[in-house]
Amino acid sequence: MSEVFSLVDLKVRFDTKRGALNAVRGATLHVAAGECLGVVGESGSGKTVMWRAAMGLLRGKRVTREGSVILDGTELLTMTAKEVRQLWGTKIAMVFQDPMTALNPVRRIGSQFSEALIKRLGMSKDEAAARTLELLKLVRMPEPEKLVRKYPHQLSGGMRQRVMIAMAIACNPKVLLADEPTTALDVTVQAQILDLLSDLREKLGMAMVIVTHDLGIVAGHSDRIAVMYAGEVVELATTAELFANTRMPYTEALLNSIPKLTDTSTSRMRAIPGSPPDPVSIAAGCFFAPRCSYATDRCRTEHPELVDGGDGHLYRCFFPLGKGA
Amino acid sequence: MAGVGKAHLRSENESLLRVDNLVVEYKNNSGGAVRAVSDVSFDIVAGETVAVVGESGCGKSTLAKGVMQLLPTVSGTVILNGADLTKLKGEELRRARPNIQMIFQDSISSLDPHLKVRALVEQPLKVWGRGTDDERREKVDELLRSVNLDPEIVGDRKPTEFSGGQCQRISIARALSLEPQVLVCDEPVSSLDVSIQSQILNIIQDMKKRYGLSLLFISHDLSVVRAISDRIIVMYLGKVCEVSTPDKLASAPAHHYTHALVSAVPVPDPKLGRRKAILQGEPPSPTNPPSGCRFRTRCPAATDECAAEEPQLREVSPGQFVACHHPRG
Repeated sequence: MSEVFSLVDLKVRFDTKRGALNAVRGATLHVAAGECLGVVGESGSGKTVMWRAAMGLLRGKRVTREGSVILDGTELLTMTAKEVRQLWGTKIAMVFQDPMTALNPVRRIGSQFSEALIKRLGMSKDEAAARTLELLKLVRMPEPEKLVRKYPHQLSGGMRQRVMIAMAIACNPKVLLADEPTTALDVTVQAQILDLLSDLREKLGMAMVIVTHDLGIVAGHSDRIAVMYAGEVVELATTAELFANTRMPYTEALLNSIPKLTDTSTSRMRAIPGSPPDPVSIAAGCFFAPRCSYATDRCRTEHPELVDGGDGHLYRCFFPLGKGA
Repeated sequence: MAGVGKAHLRSENESLLRVDNLVVEYKNNSGGAVRAVSDVSFDIVAGETVAVVGESGCGKSTLAKGVMQLLPTVSGTVILNGADLTKLKGEELRRARPNIQMIFQDSISSLDPHLKVRALVEQPLKVWGRGTDDERREKVDELLRSVNLDPEIVGDRKPTEFSGGQCQRISIARALSLEPQVLVCDEPVSSLDVSIQSQILNIIQDMKKRYGLSLLFISHDLSVVRAISDRIIVMYLGKVCEVSTPDKLASAPAHHYTHALVSAVPVPDPKLGRRKAILQGEPPSPTNPPSGCRFRTRCPAATDECAAEEPQLREVSPGQFVACHHPRG
């Protein structure tokens, strides 16, 4: 497998007033060329922090990053902010949840769009303007000629997200990070955007990472899925394997707790009791043990490592489901 | 969609809450008006959960606020216990309010950050002078326990110390303190994590049984609505396009918009593969809605008839009503 983007034992820690907050506790993930990795987790699971730290967006006095992040053969963690910037756009690009705050509200779409093309690819103004229209057509934007004259507030959420995607792919990145790209959108627009991202990935041969809280989104659009809980990867497998042979009780509980359109009963929902742990004062043992219906004394005292079930399916559990006692 | 008509209404003496031809408008900057809810009728019988689903801008939250009399209505009636809420003013309206209460999407901002949890839940009882201090305290503790909060632990803390899920439980306890007949829930779980979402839905279901509530449940999430409602109203651009049962909605949607909406829901099952988005584009502006059926501009089955004539709601199978000239199946 040719990896274009690898996180190796990445740790991210924030120094807070209450003490050290370990947002990511040693995550190892590899993204192969052209593949789509889905990363699923609830708020506070560290899924967003992990990729932002890897991309060099999170840095500063109160942020400690350890481990290794390798993008296309280059180590990113030791780079200066300026050096990392040179890779944004051409090697790696990001699409955010909220396209309104990611776009400059006082500049027309066309002008902020061509800036990247002029600065990064050295295009002339005219070349950039032509390429802008081309890219907007690629993301299936109706009437791109009119659109470039508009300001972000004149566009709907779905249209803004299309603009963001077009900007992200403008310099043909090898990896596209999409952080909750459809969470703020309506379900019909969400389906359009997910279609678009999958089509673009095939057309441009990019690798893609979709970060989301919604297992439904990654089920249809990713090749492999990593499930995160309390700053750790707790399960990692191909999409088909993860759903067919769920090993981690947390993943099972998450799947069970989602109401499905295909369910027939209107009985009680199978909620996960309690809430995710406080990342500053986390208990020993398995982080999910307090909410896990299978937990034993061992789970409450000893922390499980991420193990390979023998078929490339990784999980972090002493008593994986479907593996017998 | 675009539908008018009342084929889906039950008889007047059966319904607890009945909304007839409700119209709610917002003024816009140019002096005109945007009709956010346009001629919507529905009813709720006692003990029933009626859900309203639709995308942003379809008018579902405006409908809830119109029913609650939180927004002025242009025309139409909202009848609760035989009284038309739209005609009531001042003290009369205030006296009708305990029977219909509401919880909101953003539970944290809907609770006064300066009040302690006990005071928040007690406030409606105090305003209405219900019970003595001791009786009220007992009632508050009971309400908190019924939403799975320990009054001894949470009672003297403030909302800012709690998570979104916990605040939503506090809002539920508060809304139920006056024992309303109808609880209006406006996207109550939309801002919550999936694992917390089902906890809150279970609590709402338990409360419904315990207090004999009827629910008007506003949501954009078809899967949630499918799981908890008896009857589902699908809205598009301010109008009702389909009224259905949860099973029919998922298995045999009759309106083309409902079908598109259902097929756009991501299903956590990779065996189903990647499904293509059916609906392209976005809804037209409600300031200038299409003539006839409002969905016709994006509808795969639209004909000239759809532009000329607005479809009426009619029954296509038991409990399923659709406003469409060319329904599916």
